[in-house]
Amino acid sequence: MTKKIFRIYRVASSLLTAQYALMIEYRAEIALWAISGLLPLIMLALWSKSDVIGSVGLTSQEITHYFVSAFIVRQFTAVWVMVSFEEDNIEGKLSPFLLQPLPPFWRYASSHVAEQLTRIPFVFFMISILFLFVPNSFFIPKLKDFILAGIAIFLAFCVRFLIHWIFAMLCFWNERAAAIERLLLIPYLFLSGLVAPLEVFSDGVRSISMLTPYPYLLSFPSKVMSGAEVNIIGGFAALLAWGFCLFVVSIFAWRQGVKRYSAMGA
Amino acid sequence: MSTEKVSMNIISVDELCKSYRVSVKKPGIAATLSNFLNRQLHVVEAVKRVSFNIDQGEIVGFIGPNGAGKTTTLKMLCGLVHPTSGEVSVSGHRPKERNRDFLQEITLVMGQKQQLIWDLPPLDSFFVNAAVYGLTKCEAKNRIDELAAMLDLDKELTRPVRKLSLGQRMKAELLAALLHRPSVLFLDEPTLGLDVNAQSRVRKFLRQYNKRYGATILLTSHYMGDITSLCSRVLLINEGSLFYDGPLEELTGKLSPYRSVRIELKEPHQKSSFMQYGILEEFDERLVRMLIPRDELTAAITSILNSFPVKDLEICDPPIEELIGNLFQSGIVP
Repeated sequence: MTKKIFRIYRVASSLLTAQYALMIEYRAEIALWAISGLLPLIMLALWSKSDVIGSVGLTSQEITHYFVSAFIVRQFTAVWVMVSFEEDNIEGKLSPFLLQPLPPFWRYASSHVAEQLTRIPFVFFMISILFLFVPNSFFIPKLKDFILAGIAIFLAFCVRFLIHWIFAMLCFWNERAAAIERLLLIPYLFLSGLVAPLEVFSDGVRSISMLTPYPYLLSFPSKVMSGAEVNIIGGFAALLAWGFCLFVVSIFAWRQGVKRYSAMGA
Repeated sequence: MSTEKVSMNIISVDELCKSYRVSVKKPGIAATLSNFLNRQLHVVEAVKRVSFNIDQGEIVGFIGPNGAGKTTTLKMLCGLVHPTSGEVSVSGHRPKERNRDFLQEITLVMGQKQQLIWDLPPLDSFFVNAAVYGLTKCEAKNRIDELAAMLDLDKELTRPVRKLSLGQRMKAELLAALLHRPSVLFLDEPTLGLDVNAQSRVRKFLRQYNKRYGATILLTSHYMGDITSLCSRVLLINEGSLFYDGPLEELTGKLSPYRSVRIELKEPHQKSSFMQYGILEEFDERLVRMLIPRDELTAAITSILNSFPVKDLEICDPPIEELIGNLFQSGIVP
């Protein structure tokens, strides 16, 4: 058992070290990706001028803290596995990974984690600029909220990664699956609370959205970080339940899909 | 105690088949629209009932023209592609299951593909591979040093892969692929695009690796130099079917029923005097080059030596490169 744990640690640390070194090579590109995640701050500018916010019982400060938190959550839950998996599948780059005693899933997951680690200084810099130029957006979360939000962000990333991974498996049948990523962006934009807090939607839409994983991917961790009133236990339970179900589906999708791999281009 | 060599099949392939469905489309807008509405698919039989066995420690050349089914067969042997039918066993494992023990024992090196991380030095990729294969840091370091010495790699290991020459990159790819010391190597054109010196270095390394670790090697290459210098046995495949499995020398005999004879005479003779022995390829009064049927060679040479004042005599096979090249060009399968 100890040997197995040590081996997992060795694989994880080696993968993360190499992927982090690689991401450092691409730091300029990552800075641009970080900047491209400004949507929550743009939405903050729009919603802060809207009267709708008051009518649903949110204060200006609450909405500001929510969108600042959403900006941070979005930065650390970015997922692009469909694009890279499709490329690797079509170009045959998946072949060497399939011949090693480590499921390729972990390589893609580690590259995402390494990218997020590389983003930290850029996100810190952008938040500092925001606080400097928009002083009323400044807030420091309570330590408890910060820790809980960190865990929620990690779980939200895992769930989002699994959703994209499952759809990436369609490459085995259809070769091209990245277009689905565009399609998945629509429910993510509206149901996650990215373009508007879920409170502004009608009760019906909100009830439907809560049946999907999307509110837990952004709205829930953002509310935890901003200290808003939120069902902490319910939120974490939903993230864990979605994570478990998606993990089971991902294993099934992988096993079925990999049988169809034709090692194109290799 | 018996000293007889016990042969043990490390690779066993029985009636292996693989077919793909491929869409077919004619050029032009009408064909494009027609294809959009009604996609035409046809089945390509990439590998047809291929069977062979390879013993432990053998180096076998797998040759054939482009699209013959070599790479598809290799992909099935290493478990990347699932066969349509037939049985494959490698080191006692079914490759398509790709279980951990099987993956620890094999490697696939593709000349046109790479596993090294492009923007990092090879060492970074080596240490990832070492962890994945369960090697300790110390083991990994020792093996990297050993293989790097065999491959003549040194400073290249700390330069980004993108900055390495093709030859250096190929050697680093080999190191990455062999770090876990596999006992079965599938090599798909490992010397593709390399210059003569680099090709020779890679061949020397593969010979050393085979000797040192008793590894079994199945090698595809379009460079006959790789085959002639490494493989005593070859498998010839064309249009998905295996049509020769045996020693390289026997193949030469099969492909060429003649032997090339070069005779240097002490004094000039008439061309017509030699016509009875075979096909004259070159004649210059004192120099004769001719092709003589293999089964008539002894009698013909005896008669020539008795009838003419011979200064020098040379008998050789036509170059294998030429024979196989002609075979693939003509498309005629024996």
